[in-house]
Amino acid sequence: MIVVVLPAHLRSLAGVTGDVELELDGPVTRHAILDALEARFPMLRGTIREHVGGQRRPLLRFFACGEDVTHEPADAPLPEAIVSGAEPFYIIGAIAGG
Amino acid sequence: MSNVRVLVGTRKGAFILTADGKREKWDVSGPHFAGWEIYHMKGSSVDPNRIYASQNSGWFGQIIQRSDDGGKTWFQPGTPAGAPTTSPEGMPMGESNKFVYDTSEETGKPLLTHQWYDGTPHPWEFKRVWHLEPSLDDADTVFAGIEDAALFRSTNGGQTWQELPGLRGHGTGSQWQPGAGGLCLHTILLDPANRDRMVIAISAAGAFRTDDGGATWKPINRGLRSQYIPDPDAEVGHCVHHVAMNPSRSNVLFMQKHWDVMRSDDAGDSWHEVSGNLPTDFGFVIDVHAHEPETIYVVPIKSDSEHYPPDGKLRVYRSRTGGNEWEALTNGLPQENCYVNVLRDAMAVDSLDKCGVYFGTTGGQVYGSADAGDTWAPIVRDLPPVLSVEVQTLK
Repeated sequence: MIVVVLPAHLRSLAGVTGDVELELDGPVTRHAILDALEARFPMLRGTIREHVGGQRRPLLRFFACGEDVTHEPADAPLPEAIVSGAEPFYIIGAIAGG
Repeated sequence: MSNVRVLVGTRKGAFILTADGKREKWDVSGPHFAGWEIYHMKGSSVDPNRIYASQNSGWFGQIIQRSDDGGKTWFQPGTPAGAPTTSPEGMPMGESNKFVYDTSEETGKPLLTHQWYDGTPHPWEFKRVWHLEPSLDDADTVFAGIEDAALFRSTNGGQTWQELPGLRGHGTGSQWQPGAGGLCLHTILLDPANRDRMVIAISAAGAFRTDDGGATWKPINRGLRSQYIPDPDAEVGHCVHHVAMNPSRSNVLFMQKHWDVMRSDDAGDSWHEVSGNLPTDFGFVIDVHAHEPETIYVVPIKSDSEHYPPDGKLRVYRSRTGGNEWEALTNGLPQENCYVNVLRDAMAVDSLDKCGVYFGTTGGQVYGSADAGDTWAPIVRDLPPVLSVEVQTLK
């Protein structure tokens, strides 16, 4: 079971109040997590990755086990603590005022 | 008795203000979509309980919301072809936020770039929906004006969107440049007398018209003069801020441009200036009285860099002569130390016997007048900065 922490705006959009738990088949990668997240919460399509091309939206980053994995290959395996659910996979929006 | 519903989009959510026909006591509902920018909300004239909303975030992009019960509840209307209509949790499926430019040879032209601020080619990039305009005939058909400027249409209640590519592809699209607010298509006027006619406006390209339901378009900027561009009389490149018309006389258009208030008596084929005695002819909003097609309203704003009312006095100016002769409307509006702005889609009128006029400010006030502008009162004072105001008159 994978645990995903969403920014507050996306939690409200998805209609959840806490962390999201996902079951994945196959290798646990950023790509696989985002696919599973969007399959379960279709209203998040286009909010993390662009519809066209699938690029990450520029003010978002991804963290795993305290490491910034934003610029790691999308299909790179994530740490075992993410795979086991011991540590959450963070989707974080840039801090900004206003 | 009739009721009035005012739809207010702000930087941090949507608010719905309702009152009976006296327009004295108001109920305030909101914030809906708290924390998100709501660029625009508009109800269908066919089914007033059908309201569309453009929800946006610099972080998370565009969302389209729809209400079928007058704004009490909302949902994202998208459903991909062949997909289940709900997620395992019962939430609606969605691709209603998917706006993809048409670059196909078959239906449009492979227009890949417009001009950037420095004149270099820049790829078209979808950023947000500025304006939603429901069809006059079908509650499920709605038009969206987007940034970077293009016109999209949904015929299934906002579930999916297709570009009307003839606008960007008509010939001048590659020359369009953004204004300071972006290359935005912010105004969509549907002609009730001619269902094939539509007028749109883009900052900073100008105004455009179709006479065949959106298939082909032409610039309608003859008579506009913009000192800040190399050719002040150019076919395109004018920073049109807003265009308005009275539905009973749709060939007469009124325009608030970056500078100059303009009028056309031939559906935009030609324009002439009607700024007259305004204290400044810069501003963003313009609207027309619901029953008096020669009565128009603007809010003069000091510019180029200040963007607040001259002398710190918030004044709506009304012309009862279709322009040129203007009177300041100040009763109930702050006349000292007021330095707010009124953005381009933040004024609207109702259609009650005594026309109501409403506008919202970047200071979070929404002012209303139940007597065509003679007197004003704040409906709410402390909302987030107001981006848009629309009004529904409910029988």
